[in-house]
Amino acid sequence: MADESVAAPELRKTPLFDRHQTLGARLVPFAGWLMPIQYEGIVAEHEAVRNRAGLFDVSHMGELRFTGPGALELVDGLVANDLRRIEPGRAVYTCACSEAGTILDDLIVYPRSAEDLLIVCNASNRDKMARHFGQAAAHAPQVTYTDESDRTALLALQGPRALAILDAAGSSLAPTADRLGTFRFAEATVAGRPVTLARTGYTGEDGVELFCSWDDAPKLWDALLEAGQGQGIRPVGLGARDTLRLEARLSLYGNEIDETTNPLEAGLGWSVKLDAGEFLGRQALLDVQQRGLTRKLVGFEMTGRGVARHGYPLLSLEGQVVGVCTSGGPAPTLGKNIGLGYLPVELTEVGTEFLVDCRGKHVPAVVVKTPFYKRPRTG
Amino acid sequence: MSAKEIKDDRQYTKDHEWAKRDGKEVLIGISAFAVDQLGDITMVSLDVQEGDEIQKGQAFGTIESVKTLSDLFAPLSGKVTRINPNLDDQPELVNADPWGQGWMLALEPSAFDAEQGDLLDAEQYGKHLEDSDH
Repeated sequence: MADESVAAPELRKTPLFDRHQTLGARLVPFAGWLMPIQYEGIVAEHEAVRNRAGLFDVSHMGELRFTGPGALELVDGLVANDLRRIEPGRAVYTCACSEAGTILDDLIVYPRSAEDLLIVCNASNRDKMARHFGQAAAHAPQVTYTDESDRTALLALQGPRALAILDAAGSSLAPTADRLGTFRFAEATVAGRPVTLARTGYTGEDGVELFCSWDDAPKLWDALLEAGQGQGIRPVGLGARDTLRLEARLSLYGNEIDETTNPLEAGLGWSVKLDAGEFLGRQALLDVQQRGLTRKLVGFEMTGRGVARHGYPLLSLEGQVVGVCTSGGPAPTLGKNIGLGYLPVELTEVGTEFLVDCRGKHVPAVVVKTPFYKRPRTG
Repeated sequence: MSAKEIKDDRQYTKDHEWAKRDGKEVLIGISAFAVDQLGDITMVSLDVQEGDEIQKGQAFGTIESVKTLSDLFAPLSGKVTRINPNLDDQPELVNADPWGQGWMLALEPSAFDAEQGDLLDAEQYGKHLEDSDH
């Protein structure tokens, strides 16, 4: 057993820190924050989200806001998706790329109007993105740019019972299932508190995310847990958030995507609109497209006894290093060991066999279809 | 099972393995604290077989939990006499009963008297846990 050292000074705390302590959470440093990695255990929490509902504190995420004439055009020029085709009230997943076409961050943009856009970025990239967007905004005098991260809390309520629990907590948008479509967002009140309510998430389940003021977060947290008490709701930490997103094949910045990867090879081509006007990194991505991809992100299952982890080399059957595992671990819903990783395009077809170098042990694996987990359709 | 529980019938390493003398054999496992830190254990892989000689401090296997992978280090040198046959199919035994059914291997120590002084007794191990508790 090797020890993981946990001490780190000056970690930031979300407004729900006291709640996490009371609930017995294990708190760990994450992107400069002291965050709950688990409460009762990763598998139990994972299972609660898949079958009932889970409540996450993700207040560490960054919230950046652009307002004023030209805000939409400005942001549109910095992200790979086409915001001009999106109607207000619809959230958009997109990458912000560098000039070289690599990924600075992946974001969800919430356009309230052409003159008011909220952008959620990764906690680990907040300072970088705040600078990047801030510099661009400096050239657009009519656009006001604010980093609202320090006064905006974010809760995620996810799972098949999430919407019913939200309604039971007293939402002005109830019934949410009928009044807020997937990936839509709207202003609402929940338990008497003003929130921006979005039908988005990072688990592969239906659910919502609630943006609220820092001060309102504890009240909302309590109200949602109380409303979900009879429905089997559980507080869920970052540990299960990671296993849930991996099963759903959602990329994690720093693992699948970073400044050495581009969105096309990462399988995010659906969010890249190369024919819809200029954006930072577009020319480089056009070049990538023209040359053709050399590698692609694939999902795989271990067929031998071993667990792939982030950074493990992927080998051809002949034993040559041909790629790298970006994320891996046990998939609690599937009862299998799964992973994501980059392989040369000729090895990316479903059914292709290869090896994972699990610290010297060469363990067989096979490329499979993703997402690994897809939630059952209802209604 | 409490993460703070420590058994005083055995000795410990700072890396949270325990070693328990049982006649000619020493049983080896990991502490409740270690199990609590690891979370849900999904796989125990031992790199040694019965009859192998292992050295104190040698990595003899790995534990995979949902969260992470950890090495297992031999608290003593000796010859492996048995490995727990149940952990292949039921790694969760380590979670459920780290002090008993979750044992990992048994060895016949080759230098017990010389090496045991490096191990911690229950009281020292308890202090070690307190000192490393941030």
